[in-house]
Amino acid sequence: MATLVQAIRLALHVGEERHGVTDVFGQDVGPPLGGVFTQTQGLKTAWNTPLDERGIVGTAIGLALAGQRPVAEIQFCDYAFNVVDLLKLAGGISWSSAGDWNCPMVLMTPVGSGIRGSIYHSHSFDAQATRIPGWKIVMPSNPLDAYGLMLSAIVDPNPVMFLAPKALLRAKAASGERIPGEPDDDRALSKLIDAPLGDRSRWRPEWPDVKDAFVPIGKARTCRPGRDVTVVTYGRMVPVALDAAEQVAREGVEAEVVDLRSLSPYDWDAIKASVKKTGRVLFLNEDTEVTNFGEHLLRRTVEELFYELQAPPRLVAGAHVPGVGLADALERASVPQADGVAAALRELARAEA
Amino acid sequence: MSSAFPPRDPGEEGALAPELLVRMYQLMLRSRCLEERLIRMNKQGDGFFWVGGPGEEALNTSLGLLVHKGQGPEYDYLHLHYRATATLLAMGADPVDTLRQMKNTATDPYSAGRNFCNHYSVRKWNVAPVSSPIGVQLSMAPGTAMANKRAGGRGITIVQSGDAGTAEGDFSTCLIWCSLPGRELPCLILVENNQWGISTPYAEQHAEKHIADRARPFGIKSAVVDGNDAEVAYRELKKAMDYVRTERKPFLLEAMVSRLYGHSSASGANFVPDEVDCLVIFEKKLIERKLMTRAAMDDLKARCTQELLEASKRVREEPQPRGDSIWKHVFAERDLVRERPSQDGGKNGAH
Ligand SMILES: Cc1ncc(C[n+]2csc(CCOP(=O)(O)OP(=O)(O)O)c2C)c(N)n1
Repeated sequence: MATLVQAIRLALHVGEERHGVTDVFGQDVGPPLGGVFTQTQGLKTAWNTPLDERGIVGTAIGLALAGQRPVAEIQFCDYAFNVVDLLKLAGGISWSSAGDWNCPMVLMTPVGSGIRGSIYHSHSFDAQATRIPGWKIVMPSNPLDAYGLMLSAIVDPNPVMFLAPKALLRAKAASGERIPGEPDDDRALSKLIDAPLGDRSRWRPEWPDVKDAFVPIGKARTCRPGRDVTVVTYGRMVPVALDAAEQVAREGVEAEVVDLRSLSPYDWDAIKASVKKTGRVLFLNEDTEVTNFGEHLLRRTVEELFYELQAPPRLVAGAHVPGVGLADALERASVPQADGVAAALRELARAEA
Repeated sequence: MSSAFPPRDPGEEGALAPELLVRMYQLMLRSRCLEERLIRMNKQGDGFFWVGGPGEEALNTSLGLLVHKGQGPEYDYLHLHYRATATLLAMGADPVDTLRQMKNTATDPYSAGRNFCNHYSVRKWNVAPVSSPIGVQLSMAPGTAMANKRAGGRGITIVQSGDAGTAEGDFSTCLIWCSLPGRELPCLILVENNQWGISTPYAEQHAEKHIADRARPFGIKSAVVDGNDAEVAYRELKKAMDYVRTERKPFLLEAMVSRLYGHSSASGANFVPDEVDCLVIFEKKLIERKLMTRAAMDDLKARCTQELLEASKRVREEPQPRGDSIWKHVFAERDLVRERPSQDGGKNGAH
């Protein structure tokens, strides 16, 4: 079972081999490091850039306009705030030119807390990203989705942001789930594609013959069915939601967990179907709660599904403070934890509309 | 302001061919007439905003004539700013389309009524969409230049900026990314120095004597030239472009130009009499060399003016975009940038 970060790497490799990826680039993305999270080790088109996010995004736009197929990386999304105007520009190229141009680029960046990253390695980007029209935005919670969404991002004619939950990068797929063509033995996979420690100058990866397994952009996945209450979430909060669902299940509350996987476009049909079934919904993510993407979903739920609701819908999100503090208690107080989510689910399940 | 810059004697390196000079004059004049029509339209309420390039015609016409025009990385990419009217006309754009963008009609081929005038976008000629945020084109240029280099042909990237805009980090980005050791990019960085950033004069925002001097630490060749003399502008641009084409390395060309109608309609768009006018200089030269008569010039100007006036009346009757068109093209459905030109039927955009 590949880890999420191995899945990203395998998808980028397949992108290079079969789907025309010409450039995988960013700070420390090329050899010898291959990415601060190992996400680009051994890729044949990977190269290092100057420490200049504006140059990274601008160059990706230029490459895309010139018919190349770039995958650019911002090392941490905490450092993407100085390129927001360029992201707006990329998202607006098709629209502003009334369909004369398109801008087929992928921008990947690790997001969120959970690795003791302190103030500037813990930011989320989903609230910011979903404020920028013209982008497709995906955020996987497991290796198979990471693999399939990256492939879909690569072949899409639009700019696609790939938000990688950094706390899940080392997470493995559920047992038995493998990328088609992935070796049966995890250690064998690591031997083939993970760069050795120390001198890597002569190391070359041996890529397994993995097959295409696209996950369509815009399609959610119900990762736990339940009849009593719905959790709509994505990224790192998916395992948190599953943990909370497990807790309340012991008390007889059956929570349905919907992993959105794509934030733009998002799968409204899946949300609607689940809310119609349970009448109770919690929107969950770890970005700061004021002007939060979950707020948008909640507003739309109230406007369009009001008469389906049996309880006031809830948002559980990050505290609206400038950063996620380093100490354990600070992080726990800043981003949603399974216990808090479980408490919200209990209240929702009991509430009367 | 640019009168402070000593004009070079174009004779010292030989004159351009008479046919070329006359062609350049016709294009420059047409561009000037177009700008004056746009300004008039704006003042009469036919268009919300004007910004453009009267005073930059000598340089921008030369650029348009020197571009290796086509689609894809074998050809030149252009990342222009909002004063490049003359470049587009010299490349063969229809001035009526500029009037359409001024009047934000549904028929505006550059943005279907979405963007300000002189914000061009022509994929079939590698003209990247012009956008308002100052400097961003400088960060995009290395990307197309990389594709030019890979394509292996003679195609280069040309990126424009005003003088004030070089204070943005994007200018440094462009210098750095175009000059990485062993990975130099075929990119012409063209600074059009009119000595102003809206109302702030050059001296107030630059300690460097010439913007071109900023190329030196990166090993980028550079020059400062008089962009108001059409012959000098053409020759110096050609020299710089030839260098970039053959050496596959960047060049920073700073051209001194004028701003004849102020920054934009927001500052009144009134004629500024104390700036050097490239068209007046050029007319004098053509008359001296007996290439054209004053009467022929006056006649040409009258015809141009009349044609554009009539065209602007027709454009006024063309449909405005419908409100529900805002939903179109948020996402592209096809990968246009990777389609071969023939598949597109040579059309510029689909509305
Ligand atoms: C990023 C950004 N900041 C501010 C503005 C507003 N603005 C428009 S033009 C301009 C001055 C540009 O001066 P310069 O680069 O010298 O070009 P010029 O207009 O003189 O040709 C400013 C400040 C803008 N469009 N974009």
